[in-house]
Parts: sequence; C-alpha cells; structure tokens
Amino acid sequence: MKISYNATAQLVIALIVILVVSILINNLTLNLIKTGLGFNFSWLFRPASFALAEHPLPYSPSDSYAWALFIGWLNSLKVIFYSLLLSTLIGTCFGLFRIGKNALLRLVSAGYIAIIRQTPLLLQLMFWYFVAILGIKKSIISPMGNLLSISNQGINLLGVTLSAEFTSLLLGLSVFTSAYIAEVIRGGINSVNKGQWESFRSLGLEESIGLYKIIIPQALPAILPGLTSQYLNLAKNSTLAIAVGYSDIYAINDTIINQTGRPIEAFIILLLSFLFLNLFISNGMEVLNSMVTRSTKL
Amino acid sequence: MPPIVKATNLTKSYSKGIFALDNVCISVEPGEVLVVMGPSGSGKSTLIRTFNGLESFDSGQLNILGITLEGHNNDERNIHRIRKRVGMVFQQFNLFPHLSIIENITLAPIKVQKKKKAEAEQNALLLLSQMGIESHARKYPSQLSGGEQQRVAIARALALKPELLLFDEPTSALDPERVNEVLDAMRKLAEQGMSMVVVTHEINFAKEVGDRVLFMDSGKVIETSTPDIFFLNAKHERSRKFLNQIKK
Repeated sequence: MKISYNATAQLVIALIVILVVSILINNLTLNLIKTGLGFNFSWLFRPASFALAEHPLPYSPSDSYAWALFIGWLNSLKVIFYSLLLSTLIGTCFGLFRIGKNALLRLVSAGYIAIIRQTPLLLQLMFWYFVAILGIKKSIISPMGNLLSISNQGINLLGVTLSAEFTSLLLGLSVFTSAYIAEVIRGGINSVNKGQWESFRSLGLEESIGLYKIIIPQALPAILPGLTSQYLNLAKNSTLAIAVGYSDIYAINDTIINQTGRPIEAFIILLLSFLFLNLFISNGMEVLNSMVTRSTKL
Repeated sequence: MPPIVKATNLTKSYSKGIFALDNVCISVEPGEVLVVMGPSGSGKSTLIRTFNGLESFDSGQLNILGITLEGHNNDERNIHRIRKRVGMVFQQFNLFPHLSIIENITLAPIKVQKKKKAEAEQNALLLLSQMGIESHARKYPSQLSGGEQQRVAIARALALKPELLLFDEPTSALDPERVNEVLDAMRKLAEQGMSMVVVTHEINFAKEVGDRVLFMDSGKVIETSTPDIFFLNAKHERSRKFLNQIKK
C-alpha cells in the first residue's frame, strides 16, 4: 500500500517537473523565433574586439570570443585558487586563536569574525579596491625593499606583479571566506571530546603536538564538509570580480552579451563552466574526506 | 623520604560559598596506595586532578614530587614537569581512537622522552603482555572491550615510567564482569611498589590494596584511616552513613 502510494506520488511529481520544463523551453523557443536570433554558437569564433587588462596566456582583441572566455575562465581559476589557499591559511589561524589560551588573541579573533561575517562581501570588495589599494597616497610603499612593494597600481611580490584589481579581489574573497572557515575549524575542534585534551596533556605532550597529532585528526571529519561548502561559496562569490573590474569569466561574459546579444548561449557556457569547477572542488574534497575517514577509523 | 604528594590548605570554589575543595591537607608517601572515597560531588575527582595540573585551585599549596604549585600564576613549565612524572588513568579511558593500541602507548615516550621508535615499541609490548593484552597491539581502541581499553590506558600511563599514578574512577564505566581484570592489574602494580592515588567505589579493592582511605564530603577531608578502621569502625558519623548507603 505504502509503496504504491510512493510510486504514484513520484509519478505526479515527475509529470509536473516535465510540464514546467516543457513550458519554459517552449517559451524560450517562441521568443528566439520572434526575435529572429535562433540558437547557435557560431558567434564564438568571431573576433572579440575588446581588450583585456589581464591575460595569463597571449590575447589580443582580434582573438575570438571563445578565446576571450577561456582567458576569463583562467583568470577566475587563478583568483579562486589563490583565495582558497589564503583563506584557508587565515581562517585556520583565526580558528585556532579563537579556542586558544591567549585572551587577547581570542578577543581579536572573535571581533574579526563578527565584523567580517556581518558586513556584505560587495562592500568589503569595494573597501579593498577603493580604500585599501587605490587609496594609497604615497606612490610606492616598500616594507621589504625589493621583495615587496605596494602601490595603487597593485602589488609587486618577488618580481611578480599583481594588479590592483586582482589584489583587492584576492584579499576581499580570502578575508571574507576566512571568517567562515575560522568558525568551521573552531566547530570541528570543539566537537572533539574534552577527555582527549586531558588525556594528551596528562601524558606531558606539548599543546602543539597534541593539537597536531590528537585533536586535528579527530576534528577533520567534522571540518571537511563545512570547508567544502565554504570553498564552493568562494568559487561562486568570485563572480563579484565585476565590481572591481577584474576580468573573470563572469565579467567577460557580461561584455560578450552586450556585444553579441546572445545571453542564453553565454549563460549556458557560464553555468556549465561553474558547474564543472564546483564539481571538481566538491569531488576533490570528497576524496580527501574519504581518505581522512578511512585513516582515522572513526 | 619526603612525601610524594603534600597538599596544604588546598581550596577551590566554583561559585561563592560552594567549595569543591575546602582546606584539604593530605600527604602521600612513596609506595603508598591512597584510596579516595566519597559521594559524588564531594571533590575527590577535583582533588586528584589538581595533582597533575588538569585542575587549578584558588589558594593553598601543593607539592608534587618536590615541585611546588601555587594557587595562581603557575609556571606552565612546572605543570609540564609534573605531568612527565605523573601518570593518569581516566574513567572514560580516553584512548586516542585514531591511533592503534601500540601507537597510543608509544606516542608520549617518542614525543616527550625522545625515545627511539623501536625501543618504545619493545617497551610497549612488554607492558601490554604484563596487562595480558599483547595480542591486541595492532588493533584500534574501538575493537577492544572496555576492560581491555582501560588496561591499555594503564599501560599508556606506565610507558613514561611515572613515579605516581592517579586513577580517577577507573572501573566506573565498565561492565560488572570486566571490573576485576582492571582491578587485578592495579593490584599487581601496588604489589610492585607503585605509588597510587585511586578514586574508587570498589570497597574490596580499598580493603585489600589500600594503605589508607581518605573520605571526602563537600570538598572537606572528613577522615583518613587505614582500611581496617575505616570499614569496620569509621571515626565519623558521616563516613558510617556513606558506608551504609553503598553497602545496601
């Protein structure tokens, strides 16, 4: 009785979904016919005829739209990858401060997390771009001689130049995500039984060794799923690059839509590229997760 | 020989007027087995946890193996020095679940005493065979019974060759038929002359192995007697009432 009821319910839901999707596709097709645009991707191979400030591979305005999109995708990957590393580093530090013995660091960390989590990312990006980077009055600040120089043109670190746009996006995404990662780390560590701390302390083990050998391995299974969510959010939030004028895939896509009037094809490309990127991130984390779970025997 | 543990006017309160420890004065001699008894909330766990710095206290003085702890502003290094020489066994075993039995035992000797891995493992296997569980060396804690886990915990504490062993209700979390295997292991240690402070409700253990029984209530030491006197002819009304309750 129960099974047949479930089957009927599923059938009804499936029919509704198919109906809604068909209406949407029908609508889209009618509109495409009405505007006379049709649905094709041949425009991808026409010259883009716009310049890009940043391109990891050679690019000129005479290159195709497809190549411009690929450059945008590489720019996105670049900022996501480095933000991922930096946010994990900052987040782990603040997460550990938050549960540490030092009262001042605990307070600083709590304040940092509160301020960062309670203000919008867009506002923070604006701050990093317009106030922190473009706001530098003195032309060049070199705190470490030739190794590092900061100006309103960006940062020069060990001979590598990072543009003002890339730098502000990197800092904005990393700082924003780090506050959430700090809380994920804190939650994971707090999930470990208090007895484990007492146990390693009573054996005369140093706090740092105990944390590394005993607490973190047991906290990881609780940390990794939360960390994956934060990484996926970071990847999606990177599309706010458009606010600081960084040429990520979303910003380039936007320009292309304006020039070609092909939003549907362009959005399909955008959707698929983010889908693949996030599938890659979440599957990578899943592999890591299963490795950790297996090795900790929990 | 000076006492291994000497507590003078040890006092701790969590909130005003409620004392976890109330002017506790005790000493433990080398080779002695001191059994601490008392109703729950009487401060017995708090007391032995101050002996290795897991618990702080408000005032008074504590001397463990010649190292003095004050109520406040203790040098972390002093606490650390004490922990290297004092072993502790917990009610909930607190084995490291992600490490194998042998790794549980060798971690501290390798990291704290800088022993070579092979030497530490050899010693660990010896300890495990003394505890009668050498066949479990490569297993993980979750694969062992409670009694076996607690014997691993004892072996882990012994691996650092401690001068004093603290037991915080070591059999309270065990199935009744598993209690004796742990008590037997503790009995053997006492016979070998190990100095031990044992918080327990096991009357037979206290009678047979204890040199003295310390009875606590509301943070105060009510009486300290030999087991003969305590169990047959306790000096205090409060002690007799407690014994009547747990004999029922």
